[in-house]
Amino acid sequence: MKTMVNVALPKGRLGEKVYNYFKEAGFECPSIEETNRKLIFENPEKGVRYFWVKPSDVAIYVERGAADIGVAGKDILLEYEPDVYELLDMDMGKCRMAVAAKKDFRDPKGRTLRVATKFPNIAETFYNEKCRDIDIIKLNGSIEIAPILGLSDVIVDIVETGTTLKENDLEVVDTIVPISARLIANKSGYKFKNAEILAIRQGLEEQVRKRK
Amino acid sequence: MLSNERIIKNDERAIFTLRSLYSKYGYSQFKMSRFEEYDLYVKNKDFLVSDEVITFTDRNGRLMALKPDVTLSIIKNSIDKKNTVQKVYYNENVYRVSKGTHSFKEIMQAGLECIGDLHSYDIAEVVLLAVKSLALISDSYVLDISHMGLVAAILDSSGLSHDGKAKAHACLHQKNAHELYAICKEEGVDKANTKKLCALVENCADVKTVLSAVAPLLDKDKEKEAFEELSTLCSIIEHSGYSSHVTLDFSVGNDMKYYSGVVFKGYIQGIPTSILSGGQYDKLLKKMGRTSGAIGFALYLDLLEQLDFDGNDYDIDTVLLYSEDTAPLELTKAVDELSKEGSVLVCTKKPKSISCRKVMKLTKEGLTLEDNG
Repeated sequence: MKTMVNVALPKGRLGEKVYNYFKEAGFECPSIEETNRKLIFENPEKGVRYFWVKPSDVAIYVERGAADIGVAGKDILLEYEPDVYELLDMDMGKCRMAVAAKKDFRDPKGRTLRVATKFPNIAETFYNEKCRDIDIIKLNGSIEIAPILGLSDVIVDIVETGTTLKENDLEVVDTIVPISARLIANKSGYKFKNAEILAIRQGLEEQVRKRK
Repeated sequence: MLSNERIIKNDERAIFTLRSLYSKYGYSQFKMSRFEEYDLYVKNKDFLVSDEVITFTDRNGRLMALKPDVTLSIIKNSIDKKNTVQKVYYNENVYRVSKGTHSFKEIMQAGLECIGDLHSYDIAEVVLLAVKSLALISDSYVLDISHMGLVAAILDSSGLSHDGKAKAHACLHQKNAHELYAICKEEGVDKANTKKLCALVENCADVKTVLSAVAPLLDKDKEKEAFEELSTLCSIIEHSGYSSHVTLDFSVGNDMKYYSGVVFKGYIQGIPTSILSGGQYDKLLKKMGRTSGAIGFALYLDLLEQLDFDGNDYDIDTVLLYSEDTAPLELTKAVDELSKEGSVLVCTKKPKSISCRKVMKLTKEGLTLEDNG
């Protein structure tokens, strides 16, 4: 029997795009394209078993070995620092992690900078490197509102087109790191399903190259 | 039938077999106290897997810690003398913060340390004992080996800045070739050095394949010296017949502050993280004011619990029911008889929370089979 590779795909539009890469690389699974409420889809012939999970949970599934590989955003990898291999930049879901503030913002260097973010670890690492004393305000959504209401001086968040920022009179003041979707692998799975994972990686790399 | 095999848990079985293995190679057991002065861990914080430690004040006012690590205590108690090698093994509980739950966890750890004037043989012996330890636990295992000296030499000669080296090493640790290329490009590393660095990520395979792929790229004395050490070790592994279970993988080891030579990690199929971790940590000894070298490894035996999933189908083999008028002697005789076939739980009514293979009832007529509902 063919060794099955468990693949965690991020739910949503990005996940569908990711699956198309897998499909075109020769790892299709017809049942995933049917409209149903199933959660797990497999194609034993191709040796793949897919499942949809919340994008921010992909890294957990992979780190804990429930999935051998998965596709997760670089933002999640930087924030949670899972102990996984990062095998490929999928060159999709591209955006950047940035610091944004109100248009008239001037850094209050004489006092602690208040930073609102969904990504406290990324924000802390960024400001630690600058030796800047910060107060992190962890929010779970609508980050843009924080500087407008005076909750924070700046925000650290993902910026794709910058439209939301513009509409709220905010602007990017610093780029922390470019973000894109990455193929990740469980360290133990990589040892015991090595040939299968490398074949998938190679297939996906060709898809990425083709689209560049 | 409840066999002895079923009663012994994976970690308990491993401890028995590992003790016997380590004793055969002249390692003696090192039994230590659960507590250590906190000061030891403060001075060597970076060596610990997690820097959070459970502390308490001793009755004489000293700040103590529940051991988060065993190696530091062994080094502290070792003799720093020329021409001697101390070989010890241990089986201890350590207390660390679990990454998932962010709470302290008791972790059962076994391992060994070889400290002193190390010969290449000592290094090979420890690596072979690591492979043999994995082999005793499972048939499906892999030991990944790297050499920090070789990795450090290649990073040093690459022309990368201090920050660039740290970032490149992190990429290497994650097998992240795309970002490693980007760092080399950004810092203007020349083609030959970029190729050399990227070869460390790209080459992860059996010993022979990797050695022959990496050898032609090395041109600096330090690189060649470390490569020679690695080659010697690999030839010993090959001679011992374990090469099919060993992979050369330069992503192993992310701490250059303490590890200097061979580093390794062991994996067992079915366990999602590495179960064995070790290496040569001469730099730690130097930091602690010692002149000798050291190599060792730890096995995280609590992880073996994860292999137990499809072990026992039932909580108990037989539930034996009795009534108030059952004679105790008859009950004893029935238990003696039934326990030959497996485990027996004696009670008046089968507890709902317990699953069993069969339910028997002892009446004046003898044993009867009941409905196992």
